[in-house]
Amino acid sequence: MTFTLSRPRERARTRQSYVTRRNIPYLLIMPALLGFLVFKAYPIIAAMYISLTTGAGAARSFVGLDNYVRLVNDPLFWTSLWNTGLILVVQVPIMLLFALLLSLGLNSPLVRLRGLWRLGVFMPSLTGLVAYGVMFSVILRKDAGLLNWLLGLFGVTPIDWLGSPFWARISIVIALTWHYTGYNAVIYLAGLQSIPKELYEAAMVDGAGAARRFWSITVPQLRPILALTVVLSTIGTLQLFDEPFVLTGGGPDNSTLTISLYLYQNGFRYFDFGYAAAIAYALTLIVAVFGIAQMRLQKK
Amino acid sequence: MKGWTLTFTLAVVFGLCVGPFYWLAMAATHSTADIFSWPPKFYPGDQLAANTAQLEESIGLVRVLGNTLYVAVVQTAGAIVVSLLAGYAFAKFSFEGRDLFFVLLLSTLVIPGGVTIIPIFEMMNDLGLIDSYPALILPSLSVPFGIFLMRQSLLAIPDELLDAARVDGAGELRVLWRVVVPVMRPVLAALAVFLFLGAWNDFLWPLIALRTPEMYTLPVALATLQGLARTDFGQVMVGTAISSLPMMILFLVLQRQFISGLLAGATKG
Repeated sequence: MTFTLSRPRERARTRQSYVTRRNIPYLLIMPALLGFLVFKAYPIIAAMYISLTTGAGAARSFVGLDNYVRLVNDPLFWTSLWNTGLILVVQVPIMLLFALLLSLGLNSPLVRLRGLWRLGVFMPSLTGLVAYGVMFSVILRKDAGLLNWLLGLFGVTPIDWLGSPFWARISIVIALTWHYTGYNAVIYLAGLQSIPKELYEAAMVDGAGAARRFWSITVPQLRPILALTVVLSTIGTLQLFDEPFVLTGGGPDNSTLTISLYLYQNGFRYFDFGYAAAIAYALTLIVAVFGIAQMRLQKK
Repeated sequence: MKGWTLTFTLAVVFGLCVGPFYWLAMAATHSTADIFSWPPKFYPGDQLAANTAQLEESIGLVRVLGNTLYVAVVQTAGAIVVSLLAGYAFAKFSFEGRDLFFVLLLSTLVIPGGVTIIPIFEMMNDLGLIDSYPALILPSLSVPFGIFLMRQSLLAIPDELLDAARVDGAGELRVLWRVVVPVMRPVLAALAVFLFLGAWNDFLWPLIALRTPEMYTLPVALATLQGLARTDFGQVMVGTAISSLPMMILFLVLQRQFISGLLAGATKG
């Protein structure tokens, strides 16, 4: 490594007189710390207080745990919890299985044009919420929608994707899977490529078949990354907002109302900040419980 | 033979992933009636100019694009500086409270965004910053992921490199600028594309924090357009294509940085 440095000018040296070696690190972290205190620490505490109040501004009054009592007795909250859980248990395993298979394909030396395929499957994860919403709301239309057209080629009669409670949930699962499978596949691919080739060579010498090599080498070697994606996807899906917000608005019949969407509706449609903050804290609790539980399980 | 089956399967998956983008690009060149005609149009039409002109008229496309670019660039640059400075301190200095500060910064990663959004809205409202760009930019300058990424990468830089520069009499900022930044360029680029992508696509907070159409960023402007009673989908498609296009181009050019930026959070630590 070569680098050249011109001699420090006089100005730089005088600056050092009040920037002492001891306080340099504090000066360096100051902007980050300030941002943390103002936009993270304070809001987290303020939200806790807001969740114990009702009204806003001058009309705000302390109501103790009323919002939480209301939450426990709110059938819509339980509906949102149920919907979120349902989408979670259906979508995350499907997506991660697809992603794993996809990464194996992308890693296979038998496949041509691997770079091109990798490029393509990564693209959906670059799409922003609005672009994504516009695209899918048109693709999923019952009449003249792209998906119904594609299925029609195989003789499937048009499906009312966003109009029935059952298909609306399926639509959310499809949209989520389209959005994030490639991203997870690329994460797995990075993991696959870091597995030492010698392991496979040794196994081949010992006469292990492809299935045996997959279960005895690939899966154990990939375990930390698999575990990580399970945690990230679970936490992400528990906070699911984008897809129902742009595609279904939570409907029909609240069949796709998720916790985060319910939070948003209460906060910024009804401006019931106290109740929204209570939902936010309930969600935090759920995320924390799931996160800790999964990490515990994986340590065993 | 097996290789070709696999290749074919991957090509189908590729089609499913990229198909919607291709169709979007084609839809942007057709009139609304043609977009919803049967079967779908997979070839370009001649309405691109008309759709674009209409979009300019209804949302002020040029202005809105400028707004989006301004916010995304300032936010990205600011967050990079903040992350680099803090990451440098956490990686290369030992000081009282270092581990505590670091854990505190990272701990907020697990707090859902829904928790902080209401107090931040009230804060901005009290400060009179609603409907201004500081309201968008300020909360996004201290990014735990960026600080974490910078620290992890800086740990890999040998101390001797920095000490050599210090012996030559360079001040800390000078060491940072002349020694650290050049070595860190790939990681900085990865973080930059990651942050820029997030800022360019950011929707929910700008939707809440902005009021006047002249201030809107592209995602917000597009969303209001879609909410109109009789939506003209031709212009919506152009707007959507324009909002996706810079990311696609950036991705094609900086593929490596994109992937390492998005992977950094997942594979390190």
